[in-house]
Amino acid sequence: MNKLVRVAGGQGFWGDDLDAPRRQVEGGPVDYLMLDYLAEVTMSILQKQKERDPSLGYARDFVGAMESVLPAVLERGVKVVANAGGVNPAACAVAVKAAAEKAGSKGGLKIGVVSGDDLLDRLDQLIDSGHPLANMETGEQLSAVRDRVLSANAYIGSEPIVEALAKGANVVITGRSTDTALTMAPLRHEFAWGATSWDQLAAGIIAGHIIECGAQCSGGNCLYDWRSIPDLANVGYPLVEAKPDGTFVVTKHPNTGGRVSVQTITEQLVYEMGDPHSYITPDVIADFTTIKLAPDGENRVLVSGIKGKPPTDKLKVSVAYRAGFKAVGTLVYAWPDALEKAQLADRVLRERLDRLGLRFERILSEFVGANATHGHLAGDQSDAPEVQLRFGVRGSDRAAVERFTREIAPLVLNGPPSVTGFAGGRPKVEEIVAYWPALIDKSVVRTKVDLVQ
Amino acid sequence: MKVRLVDIAHARSGDKGDTANVGVIALEPRWYKVLDEFVTRSRVADHFRGMIDGGVDRFELPNLNALNFLLHGALDGGGTLSLKTDAQGKVFSTALLRMVIDVPDAEAARLQLPAAK
Repeated sequence: MNKLVRVAGGQGFWGDDLDAPRRQVEGGPVDYLMLDYLAEVTMSILQKQKERDPSLGYARDFVGAMESVLPAVLERGVKVVANAGGVNPAACAVAVKAAAEKAGSKGGLKIGVVSGDDLLDRLDQLIDSGHPLANMETGEQLSAVRDRVLSANAYIGSEPIVEALAKGANVVITGRSTDTALTMAPLRHEFAWGATSWDQLAAGIIAGHIIECGAQCSGGNCLYDWRSIPDLANVGYPLVEAKPDGTFVVTKHPNTGGRVSVQTITEQLVYEMGDPHSYITPDVIADFTTIKLAPDGENRVLVSGIKGKPPTDKLKVSVAYRAGFKAVGTLVYAWPDALEKAQLADRVLRERLDRLGLRFERILSEFVGANATHGHLAGDQSDAPEVQLRFGVRGSDRAAVERFTREIAPLVLNGPPSVTGFAGGRPKVEEIVAYWPALIDKSVVRTKVDLVQ
Repeated sequence: MKVRLVDIAHARSGDKGDTANVGVIALEPRWYKVLDEFVTRSRVADHFRGMIDGGVDRFELPNLNALNFLLHGALDGGGTLSLKTDAQGKVFSTALLRMVIDVPDAEAARLQLPAAK
């Protein structure tokens, strides 16, 4: 069997290039369009939207993306797999269907809706029946923040997506699927990989890891030889061309900018990497130390050699909870002695907050232009042309954070000299939604596939 | 001979909770063993002293000519809690590339390593 399956990555997060999905299906042959919308922060934003309006709670950009790729789906049989469903995949399907019909799809979409990852309504019952959902990092019990929980979702794997494709879906909408499953599932479906084909499943996962951040593997955010990367304005998003044995080529459409090389792929492979021997997913544990990369012509990299092993009996759960408030204010100080002036402003501000009796869980000041990103490693910056004081506070008392936001502007007239850059006005108070990573027994998470036609 | 990491490697970093990861990749495959030998766990911990609260883990990926470091307690709580500019650890990568290593002259000459200016 020499079948080749092409999966195009068209979205790396909710907020990515709106036109990329269309370019991916029109730029050359593609079998599947994979769209990743979910970061941890996204789920809680979507949950807040759903609380306000029960017909929301999904990535609304996806509806526009579907409109833009509809001809390719209806006329050329391109299939779409996306985790755009957020905390409301059913409502997402309704919106996509309505938009498609308005555009004349005449019932041509068969939408597979994957649910079952959302554990919010089951939380108390789960805790009561012996699933403590303890924090993976601190060991704390979830009960500590239970009354502040906004959303709780298990990261689910490829199986329900494969099921939806097998039932004939040409669009699959999931909630909190792992990013990598969105790529692996179509390959598993097309090549009929078994549930214990560890090496192939791992290869599909690694293909997913490479393209899940969109153009970050094809020249975007690439440090290696960055000046020479051509035409980033028209950057090509990535394509995976996979074979049944699990080997695949990463490439991009012709006449696009950016670059696919061993170096651009390697940078993406190490992005957000933990222990490379054990990249744990619900389907398989992939071993990144087995990956072989080789150039395969211009803007083509061959990926092979990947080994996998059986997964654990747990799923990761991401719980989002309200965790207080924060605000960040900035002022810019100019040469001479810009850093010294900003440092004095920092001391003055801290003393004023103290005199006001304001207490915070955390105060952080950074001197942008001197030490904000590289700390002391940046060396002596006392002669910098300008330095921005970036002053942040965090606490559970909203009123205290609110009061802080009024203490920045006065420094313009009653603090150190040569100050500017305050046109943005008072800092905004932001409610913090924090993350609680936990594990749960796989057996208690039941996924479900519904077809909407 | 003093060698700047930025002259022999490229890097990318990301986050997981309050941990930043830095993947550092040899610019030439033959320079991987220089990274492997000189960019040790303790050297990296020293480099970031005062910038991170927790320990450092190191993993080797000779297949990618890369090392992966986990810098624990690097992100002021991480994610949405963090007040840092670099709350997601995106540029810890280039901070690591500021490191200068000391390679014996003979080895540096044999591998044609660029000398730090």
